[in-house]
Amino acid sequence: MVRKSMELQTELQQRLKKKNILLMTHLVLGYPSLDTNKEVIEQMALNGVDCIELQIPFSEPIADGPVILKANQQSLEAGITVEQCFAFAAEMAAKYPDVCFLFMTYYNIVFKYGEAAFLRRTRDVGLVGTIIPDLPPEEGEQYFALSKELELAPITFFTPTSTAERMTEVAQQGEGFVYCVARRGVTGKQTAIDESLDSYLEQCRQATGLPLAVGFGISNRDDIAMLTGKADMAVIGTATIRLVDEQGAAAVGPFIAELAGAA
Amino acid sequence: MKKGYFGQWGGAFIPEVLYATFAQLNTEYEKARADAAFWQEYVELMGNYSCRPTPLTYAENLSNHFGGARIYIKREDLNHTGAHKANNVMGQGLLVKRMGKKRVIAETGAGQHGVATATMAARFGFDCTVYMGEEDVARQRPNVFWMEKLGATVVPVTSGSRTLKDAMNEAFRDWVSSMDDTHYVIGTVCGPHPFPEMVAWFQSIIGIEAHKQILQQFGRLPSRVYACVGGGSNAMGIFQGFLDTPEVELVGVEAGGEGIDTDRHASRMTGDRASAGVAQGYKTMFLQNPEGQMLDTHSIAAGLDYVGVSPILADLGEQGRVRFEAATDKEVVDALALSMRKEGLIPALESSHGFVQAFKEAPTMAGDEAIIINMSGRGDKDIFTVAHAFDDPSWKKFIVDRGNEYSK
Ligand SMILES: Cc1ncc(COP(=O)(O)O)c(C=O)c1O
Repeated sequence: MVRKSMELQTELQQRLKKKNILLMTHLVLGYPSLDTNKEVIEQMALNGVDCIELQIPFSEPIADGPVILKANQQSLEAGITVEQCFAFAAEMAAKYPDVCFLFMTYYNIVFKYGEAAFLRRTRDVGLVGTIIPDLPPEEGEQYFALSKELELAPITFFTPTSTAERMTEVAQQGEGFVYCVARRGVTGKQTAIDESLDSYLEQCRQATGLPLAVGFGISNRDDIAMLTGKADMAVIGTATIRLVDEQGAAAVGPFIAELAGAA
Repeated sequence: MKKGYFGQWGGAFIPEVLYATFAQLNTEYEKARADAAFWQEYVELMGNYSCRPTPLTYAENLSNHFGGARIYIKREDLNHTGAHKANNVMGQGLLVKRMGKKRVIAETGAGQHGVATATMAARFGFDCTVYMGEEDVARQRPNVFWMEKLGATVVPVTSGSRTLKDAMNEAFRDWVSSMDDTHYVIGTVCGPHPFPEMVAWFQSIIGIEAHKQILQQFGRLPSRVYACVGGGSNAMGIFQGFLDTPEVELVGVEAGGEGIDTDRHASRMTGDRASAGVAQGYKTMFLQNPEGQMLDTHSIAAGLDYVGVSPILADLGEQGRVRFEAATDKEVVDALALSMRKEGLIPALESSHGFVQAFKEAPTMAGDEAIIINMSGRGDKDIFTVAHAFDDPSWKKFIVDRGNEYSK
């Protein structure tokens, strides 16, 4: 078994020696239930997913589209707590040491828990980083500093509206990889994989030496084949949630296997 | 202090995709603010299009009724579209023209801000989409009708608690796709920097006028100024006229709903259910649980039914410069009834919260003192809610008859 390196960037770069493109998947904790989450993660892990984003639900997920919004709400209605999310993450990280787990959530969840307490516990339960879409580097100075101290990767974002200057600035703050948002808008809509995406990714590449993860609207084999060679990791978000909604957890394995085959 | 902060409150907690949009907005706002001609254009527009300066009315009958302080009422209800919301919206409209954008979006609770935005869009020739919680669509139907007739698209929001905060989330979701040609006209002194500061600037026209008017009419400054506080824009508007005169006490009145000791209210600065948090792009006191999930709020006044409060007011509250109180739904209906009977004024349910607290305190004050109540809007938009609260039999009969007529 490959030991996961403490440093996410190094770990991803090592994996990239053996694979053309890595896969990161996403799920909302407690939706539709933690038991289903478990089955889904097992299928993802067995089929070679590299990273998994575990989203801690928040009542106001402004960067998310209808599917993930609904998942957040239903999970909260069913009574999910931050405490349960930590316990669940600990169990998964221990069970699947080959997968790099990250927390994704909104800043208020971290703020209410206490930045330092949240980050220490995130590290202690075996996660490798955090993705907080509403915490820009300007507001997260302490958060970014403490993450680095704890060897957790604070993930930063590039977007199609970012200037070259802004990309350089943002990338200097982040670690692990840069999450390149493939298009404007919220999660869940299909993204056109075309020439403008190519030139955007070229611009991203010039701004940083960190691996590039591309997400928002990546949902099938073709998308991943198109990204190969241009990005380092493809992020599958809403597509798996939809799949579980429609066909149940058992459908996830074959879906991921197919995507991994394209990669 | 860090830009966009008021004490520990405020900031700009925005997703990266909006970074460039906010950079442009900040630049244009700062340019406008430094340009005396911009403010001049704004004041002239409001004078010509929206009845500014609005009067400061001496409420002699109410003053005599309570037998204490002389009560003055700042008449924001006389603005075009019937509330102080027009001030902010027309100001942002001028900024949108400068930015060269073609479409505006807005969130609305009571519908006042939505109607004001739709009006501004019609006047300036912008496309307009208004997000409104499903619950508010149901309770403020007349405003939905007007928005649509003014040419706006009204989108009912069915997520979350289906009120103002959810409408704001949806507007943000629109904006992260549409920012190239669209400006988000936030309706109150909340949200990421520069909105709190910018909206407070446009609303400061209320306080500038009121300060001058009270000196003309009463000869001295008032002892106290009262305003209802939802997000806090009408309160910040009038308070700014008196912030530098510490002898004037500033009183913000929140929605006490069914009582601040129940879980059916929207009081952030009074009561003990709110705590510091970060949501909707800014840091303030939010009604939330200990893990940071927002709570459902309640008020008879849709415009006050909101989980957060202006970061500027959170700071002024913390400093002790603004005192916060809460008024219950029931007190609000009583104060509204009294204002109608004694003065022929119909304050909005939102505004009536300020009246409640003023009515409680006026009798304890001396006859040579004055107080000002900010009447942020007119109440005729609330006819369905008010008639329902009064349980008015002839109104009910009218609705039933009309319903029967339409279902034929
Ligand atoms: C008449 C009126 N007053 C007050 C408010 C509350 O907003 P704010 O606290 O920003 O003045 C509203 C909001 O819709 C309103 O319509």
